[in-house]
Amino acid sequence: MSLDLIIEAKDVAKWYGAFQVLKDINLTVRKGERIVVCGPSGSGKSTLIRCFNRLEAHQQGEITVNGITLHDKMRNVAEVRKYVGMVFQHFNLFPHMTVLMNCMVGPMWIKGVSAAEAKKTALRFLERVRIPEQANKYPAQLSGGQQQRVAIARSLCMEPAVMLFDEPTSALDPEMVSEVLDTMTSLARDGMTMVCVTHEMGFARAVADRVIFMNAGQIVEEGTPQAFFTNPQNERTKLFISQILKH
Amino acid sequence: MLYPDTVEAEVLVHKPWFVATMFAVILAAFLAFNLTGTTMGDLMRPVIGDPLQSGLYGRFAVAFVVAVIFSLNVVLIGFAPLKVQIAIVWLELLVLFLGFFETFHLSLPFIWEKLPFLITQGAVTTLYVSAISIVIASVIAILGAVAKLSTNGFAYAIASFYTSFFRGLPLLMQVYLIYLGLPQLGFVIDAVPAGILALSLCYGAYMTEIFRSGIQSIDRGQWEASRSMGFGFGITMRRIILPQALPVIIPPTGNQFISMLKDSSLVSVIGVWELMFLARTLGQKTFQHMEMLISTAMIYWIMSICLELIQSRIERHYARSKVR
Repeated sequence: MSLDLIIEAKDVAKWYGAFQVLKDINLTVRKGERIVVCGPSGSGKSTLIRCFNRLEAHQQGEITVNGITLHDKMRNVAEVRKYVGMVFQHFNLFPHMTVLMNCMVGPMWIKGVSAAEAKKTALRFLERVRIPEQANKYPAQLSGGQQQRVAIARSLCMEPAVMLFDEPTSALDPEMVSEVLDTMTSLARDGMTMVCVTHEMGFARAVADRVIFMNAGQIVEEGTPQAFFTNPQNERTKLFISQILKH
Repeated sequence: MLYPDTVEAEVLVHKPWFVATMFAVILAAFLAFNLTGTTMGDLMRPVIGDPLQSGLYGRFAVAFVVAVIFSLNVVLIGFAPLKVQIAIVWLELLVLFLGFFETFHLSLPFIWEKLPFLITQGAVTTLYVSAISIVIASVIAILGAVAKLSTNGFAYAIASFYTSFFRGLPLLMQVYLIYLGLPQLGFVIDAVPAGILALSLCYGAYMTEIFRSGIQSIDRGQWEASRSMGFGFGITMRRIILPQALPVIIPPTGNQFISMLKDSSLVSVIGVWELMFLARTLGQKTFQHMEMLISTAMIYWIMSICLELIQSRIERHYARSKVR
């Protein structure tokens, strides 16, 4: 395996009971690559990226993240999660901590960084997502877009090798979508490796190196945004694109 | 607070039908008893003459006056702002209660004589027995809740057997079983430790369920966020889940604490000199049972009120992160 591979999935399969959610998934993510995963709901895209930090376990095949192979007798998941940041649809900030603490606890409790050091890092990344002035508020006092940007900052504080985004804008008001997408775009510009499950096609077109289309647990199409939007090959992809561009 | 709707409503106690109904009910209730022989009848002597000779007229007059005073009182309180209303009603109920106790003709000197011992021996014992039990019960509850939520078969089986058993037996029986049963196995145990053990085990079982439901009330996303940052089970539980579960856990736990304070009276059966034990024994020699029972009741009540206040303080503390 070459060194600049961050994520490598080989023949990955997963079942929920008798229902197969992932089928023959083969995917590689290189360092600095931005990948957008899209597809109809229930196609397994969230499940796939949740396998990358082992919030879900796959049952067949092999996933290697940053040089560590995830398998069914996984002991040291924490080691993998150190290098993988995740941003959730519903933010999942810790509501009993201030914004600042939300960003500080990762480095403090995982890496053993001192509080002063963690605070400096946290403020730097809050600056980065342009909300340093909210540092001492509680998450409930912030708007959805602000909360999601804090969630991004919280992940960045761990200085991850790859960021996973699980529909980060789906729970937001239309007006707040763009502030989150702006943050993500600027992250991409700085060379962060990203895997985003999203339906924001504008974002995919502008930022993605590759777009992956999933249907019924399989990757059915994979290509540059240009090829994906203008010349889709698969019937299901064509239907999907025509549906989302209709309105 | 219940959900306060924005509809303007007339005050209930000022509605004519309500006042009329209230008046009628009170009048009827007091007509049913002959109160002419009481202080009330004596006070009305100028109107009804000799109370004992006044007959049906006297009876009606007394009931009528009581009903008027009661209704007027309620209507007037209706004009006051909320906080004043609460204070006045509390005060009036308290006065009525004291008046009720007054009718026992309690011997105050006897109470004053026994009160210091009642407090230094009884209340102190009750307090420390409950306090220690509360701490042990909380520890058991956290362990039990985690065990009941775990996928480890042994942990789950032991925890569910424990909660089932100790919730299933009367506390009084547990006290007896531990105090009289353990010596049969060779562990001779003093009355106080036996009482503490019984209270801790019993309340630990109830509180296990409270803690379990509190932990389960936390959104799955919190677990996922915590685990995805690399936090292990210990940190996730201690620093992420439990602090959020506490506001859910505290009101019913406060309830349990107050209830435990009073259930600690059950350990009096094995001879622990706590409040209830003293209440039953101190008045025995001179047949002044009521004096001791009522003073003890007051002491229990005051201690419960203290616990209520502490509980509401803690609840306010945890409401911080809910501000908008």
